[in-house]
Amino acid sequence: MKKLIAMLLALVMVLGLAACGGSTAPAATEAPAAPATEAAPATEAAAPATEGRVYYLNFKPEADGTMQELAKLYTETTGIPVKVVTAASGTYSDTLTAEMGKSEAPTIFNIGNKSGLNDWDDYALDLTGTAIAGEQTTDEFNLYNDAGELKAIGNCFESYGIIVNKALLEKAGHSVDEITNFETLKAVADDIHANAATLGFDAFSAPGLDGSSSWRFSGHLANMPLFYEFRDDGITEQPATIKGTYMDNFRNIWDLYITDTAADAKTLMSGTGDESKAQFTEGKAAFYQNGTWEFASLNEAGLTDICMIPIYCGVAGEEKAGLCSGTENCWAVNSQVSEADQKASLDFLYWLVTDEVAAQKMVDTLGALPFKSAPASSNTFLANGNDLLAKGNYNVSWAFNHTPNVDSWRATVVTALAKYSADPTDANWAEVVSAFVDGWAAEYNTVNG
Amino acid sequence: MAKSNQNVNPVQRPIRKFAPIFILPTFAAFLIGFVWPFIQGIYLSFCKFNTPKDAKWVGVSNYLKVFSDAGFLNAFKNTAAFAVVSIILINVIAFMIAYALTQKIRGANLFRTVFFMPNLIGGVVLGYIWSMIFDGILKRYGTYLTANGTYGFWGLVILVAWQQIGYMMIIYIAGLQSISEDMMEAAKIDGASGAQTLFKVVIPNVMPAITTCTFLTLTNSFKMFDQNMALTGGLPSIMQNGAKVNVTELLALNIYSTYNINKNWHGVAQAKAVVFFILVAVLAIAQQAATRSKEVEQ
Repeated sequence: MKKLIAMLLALVMVLGLAACGGSTAPAATEAPAAPATEAAPATEAAAPATEGRVYYLNFKPEADGTMQELAKLYTETTGIPVKVVTAASGTYSDTLTAEMGKSEAPTIFNIGNKSGLNDWDDYALDLTGTAIAGEQTTDEFNLYNDAGELKAIGNCFESYGIIVNKALLEKAGHSVDEITNFETLKAVADDIHANAATLGFDAFSAPGLDGSSSWRFSGHLANMPLFYEFRDDGITEQPATIKGTYMDNFRNIWDLYITDTAADAKTLMSGTGDESKAQFTEGKAAFYQNGTWEFASLNEAGLTDICMIPIYCGVAGEEKAGLCSGTENCWAVNSQVSEADQKASLDFLYWLVTDEVAAQKMVDTLGALPFKSAPASSNTFLANGNDLLAKGNYNVSWAFNHTPNVDSWRATVVTALAKYSADPTDANWAEVVSAFVDGWAAEYNTVNG
Repeated sequence: MAKSNQNVNPVQRPIRKFAPIFILPTFAAFLIGFVWPFIQGIYLSFCKFNTPKDAKWVGVSNYLKVFSDAGFLNAFKNTAAFAVVSIILINVIAFMIAYALTQKIRGANLFRTVFFMPNLIGGVVLGYIWSMIFDGILKRYGTYLTANGTYGFWGLVILVAWQQIGYMMIIYIAGLQSISEDMMEAAKIDGASGAQTLFKVVIPNVMPAITTCTFLTLTNSFKMFDQNMALTGGLPSIMQNGAKVNVTELLALNIYSTYNINKNWHGVAQAKAVVFFILVAVLAIAQQAATRSKEVEQ
């Protein structure tokens, strides 16, 4: 008995020590390792890195599988260890903050927009003149800091608009070519809605305002009034206040969404993204506002006769509008890790967009890869966007990237939109405008205060 | 020392001698995992930082921002109201159920199990499930959970009551069962009425359970986070006198969303967390002192 107790206690102690050891051991080995790698760096600037490590903190959950695969392939080819960690959806900034505080910090991370760059400017390496920057086909999606240094490289871009089920449209006696501006969009949608009972489908899929769906409107649709206002006023930086010049246009399109749909406008707050998407894939709605990233899954659901048209909201000259294209995917390299690690990371990025196998996988996963040697994409929606641009239409850029304290601002807009939808009065629309305009100013002050 | 050792049985003697060694790993883990982060947390509340590595001392400015933040004051009011309502509701109902289930009812054990079960489900899951239930019901009346602050507040109260009543009930049952039969019999013989027995005999004797349960419900309501985030996420979110307010946000969620604004607010969120800690600690100690004083010797 005595022996047994003694043995048990000894076991507990050993386990306890082992548990503590688990967390302290890496810290102990890192201390000597860091100076060793720092001592070597500058000598091998020309040759591909043979040392260093890559830690890629992935921003896109849907790209996790591909990135893990490519990381393994790269390690097999070059011997450089590549670690890919994907932050859970919606927790990227938390994860980034936590990981950056560690001694084995990420060497490659994502910066979403200018305000993200303001937060992480001190940690982002100046990428001007690097090989990866030289491979780019456009610098439209890059992020520059106030000093004009290239701090993050846009590595893919996405477009969104109104996805059209062309087969349903024809069934209703219309064609996608009829739609060239808000009036024609409204005419088609109103006609489908009026005949919904006989057709068996409605115009728009449900504009749900649940968290899984509301970003399509508080983020993407809200881009329309923001884009046109910023274009008029020549705004390219985050403004302290906005005027809401095009809020009536926003109301036009939102009224259309909540009227020409089978959804109950009073309870949009509980409408989810899945519900809305299901209506579209099941052929119960002809229009569905979403982006290029939906192409693969819509195809898998059996929808092949689909295309994407610009969002029209009644602004003069919008016949020449293109899709809304932009990105929140910009690679930054951590400037606070050793030079060997920085070098290894830059080499890895270069390999991702130039290696035949890697670039093909990147295109398949991300849709478009704006780099010189990248293969073409098979995404119809991206092709629709390129066709519009080729015809000389203007790109509707992602003005919402300037939104201060974005999640908070959007929450206020969603609250007001839900209230307005339940009871579409002018007074309730005034609250939407206030959430938009006053909310912007308040959030701007919060962020900069 | 030598004398006390002689009284200890021979199996325990070596264990006593080496006690510090056995305690050491856990104690070290406690220092590393709790005490040190806590001290660092207090230090960071006086700093401006993005990651803890680049903290810069800024004095009390974070604390000044905390008290001029309309969202924080609103969250504080919400939390106080929520705590009062849920403490009363949970404890009264839990006690009533416990009282009923300690009477001789058929199937009392089954009821105990069933009432306890909600406690086994995690807060976030519960929040999403209940938001669907509430929205499903409110949809019939053409409205929704986050239409106004009242629905969200009472929704959270119902959720938390449903979750915690079973747990508190178990504690009350244990308290009720520890009252000796003799005492109850004596009360009966002395001709005490049902109400008299309850208020003069039963309640004074379950005071330790009441202390425990009020402490748990108090701290639980102040620390309420998962359920709040999953049920309403603080919505509706409105502009009030030029300031932004999340109507149904409680303190913990407010701290969380403050941290996520941007790097200028990390220190402020940290300061809020320190204020929050002091608040919960003071309230919990005061509550313990107040209810302990009413406990009777058994």
